[in-house]
Amino acid sequence: MKIGLFIPCYIDAFYPEAGIATLELLEKLGQDVEYPLDQTCCGQPMGNSGCNSDAAAAEALFVRNFARYDKIVMPSGSCTHHVRDNFDAIPQTDEVRHVRENTYELVEFLHDVLKVDAFPWAEFNHTVGLHNSCGTLRALRTASMSELGEKPFSKPMDLLSKVKGIRFVTPKRPDECCGFGGTFSVTEEAVSARMGVDKVRDHYQAGAEYIVSADSSCVMHQQGCAERAGVPIRFIHIAQILNGAAE
Amino acid sequence: MSNKPVNHARAAEHFLEDAPHLQFHDERLWDMRQKRDGQMHMLPEWQELREEASRIKEHTLSRLPEYLEQFEENAKKNGIHVHWARDGAEHNRIVGDILKAHNARNLIKSKSMVTEECDMRPYLAKQGVTVTETDLGERIQQLDDQLPSHIVVPAVHKLTSDVARIFAKDYHTDPNIRDPHLLAEAQRQAARPVILHADAGMTGGNFVVAETGTFVVCTNEGNADLSATVPNLHIATIGIERLVPRMADLGVFIRLLSRSALGSPITQYTTHFRGPQKGGEMHVVLVDNGRSARLGMEDFWTSLKCIRCGACMNTCPVYRRSGGLSYGAVYSGPIGAIIDPTFNERKYSTLPYASTLNGSCTNVCPVKINIHEQLYKWRRVLVQHHEMPFVKREIMHMAGKLMGQPRMYRAAIRMTEVSLGSMPRFVLYNWLNPWGKHRENPHPVKQTFNDWYRKNREKTKPAAAPETKK
Repeated sequence: MKIGLFIPCYIDAFYPEAGIATLELLEKLGQDVEYPLDQTCCGQPMGNSGCNSDAAAAEALFVRNFARYDKIVMPSGSCTHHVRDNFDAIPQTDEVRHVRENTYELVEFLHDVLKVDAFPWAEFNHTVGLHNSCGTLRALRTASMSELGEKPFSKPMDLLSKVKGIRFVTPKRPDECCGFGGTFSVTEEAVSARMGVDKVRDHYQAGAEYIVSADSSCVMHQQGCAERAGVPIRFIHIAQILNGAAE
Repeated sequence: MSNKPVNHARAAEHFLEDAPHLQFHDERLWDMRQKRDGQMHMLPEWQELREEASRIKEHTLSRLPEYLEQFEENAKKNGIHVHWARDGAEHNRIVGDILKAHNARNLIKSKSMVTEECDMRPYLAKQGVTVTETDLGERIQQLDDQLPSHIVVPAVHKLTSDVARIFAKDYHTDPNIRDPHLLAEAQRQAARPVILHADAGMTGGNFVVAETGTFVVCTNEGNADLSATVPNLHIATIGIERLVPRMADLGVFIRLLSRSALGSPITQYTTHFRGPQKGGEMHVVLVDNGRSARLGMEDFWTSLKCIRCGACMNTCPVYRRSGGLSYGAVYSGPIGAIIDPTFNERKYSTLPYASTLNGSCTNVCPVKINIHEQLYKWRRVLVQHHEMPFVKREIMHMAGKLMGQPRMYRAAIRMTEVSLGSMPRFVLYNWLNPWGKHRENPHPVKQTFNDWYRKNREKTKPAAAPETKK
């Protein structure tokens, strides 16, 4: 199985450590991973803002980069959601369908495809609050959502609970959106930032030292809100903890 | 009516500046969401009920003309006068004419979103009819000359102190009252004589049953029952989508409605209206006002399944932090954002963007409307219809081009890193940077992932992307 690694723009530019951890983790798990150098974006920002035709160039490049891989893995729920569910600015050829059907978010890839049952190298002696992005929670369904009253399950929690030393706290509103929302964070900046502050305070008051998430876009927003509001909480991508980061 | 797009973002910013109101609004609505969850957990068949409700509504909508005619026929047999209103103006004319024919000058009414849609009160006022809202929240909004901010709890954005101030002006009560019971009592005392001397009563209708020619009104204050039964003339204004085929279908909806809305098992009053009372007259006005057109919209017709429970508003993190009035429309919140553009595409073109597309609304909806997917689809439609501001449209156009050119893209990333790392704070944080108004920018890094990979995995570097076959 040849894996193509997609690193979303904000991870590439602002959280390279999350990208490196993703790559190293997959390599530790014995996977054959390549990162096509000419990648940019999956097209989500254009798609989400309604400018779907403007997503065509990004989507075409994405397919050019990744069609040759058996599986495409990315440490981002919202990008996976875009590729899987909304990637239709370009004609739906066999190549495009192959890419869309074989794209995985990192957690679901580890949990459902590789079925990893141990991370012997991982130890994280901190108290964490888990932030499930809305993309992972309600689109990819990697965890149960409170709206449906379904039997509780959580793929990220399943993975994290295999890490030595880690302690969990649950905020009061674990499923509430943090307010990033792509261009929403700019066009509705006041509401967006308020949601972000409420989110980080909720985790902080629950006793979290770290907010851990599978989505760095939410983290980028939450971190900006926490720093401005002076909420002393740290952020880490789930790949970093699973790859053995100590802090 | 002005066509200027509603500035939801600015109205929301204003709403957020008032900490006590914001906190109360967010917590009160979140509490309703949690009570709704509690009710859901008590019914193991919750998801089946949602599925069934959705199925019944979709079936009914697919045969709407048949069922409407069936209702009309049966309602007439019950002695109900049935009227058809194509739009708001026709609705108002019909109601006005009925009132004129009875020489009715005082109309009491319970809550009805359709009459808000039709802007009925100003029309009747011109005709010399005094309209008095009897629902507490709706009356507060009427006295304050505001639209309802929520479809179930119209004055939820107001604190007790606001209500005390409004009542002091109109009812001459003490403006310092802070006990909600005293305020409710003031409303009772003011409303009762008006109700007793009213010439006509008006209600909405939550459900219309085709096979029986009857309709159902669900309320918690009993005001609809007083409005309908104290005067001899009862007019019910109902949207054509409120139909269910059979009496047996009602149970599904009655079980879902109040549980989804307030988190209570059932409304205090669930009244079946079967015909005029002795010596009285009953009229039903069936209102289209854009509904037929919406039924023809492939991506949006299922919004007509809505039973107006407000669960999508209570759960919406944006609505809770911006208030219903910020939507500048009769219908606010997630459901408003997908139906308002059908009334006026330009004016409400901003509302589908007042969402993070988080999807909570869709999953609490008791009739399974895919609200957040419709928000997404509306954005596409609005861009196609040129309803996106020019600057934003251009930015997206340029971003889209950039994303297709890896080398240009790399250069842009490098420039971003350099600016973030070298520009002074006053340059980075100004009005051109809405991100930075209430948030810090992300920190620049020494090395992007792409740089790191080139340096550390160069030997295993994969071949460049093959050229596209056109």
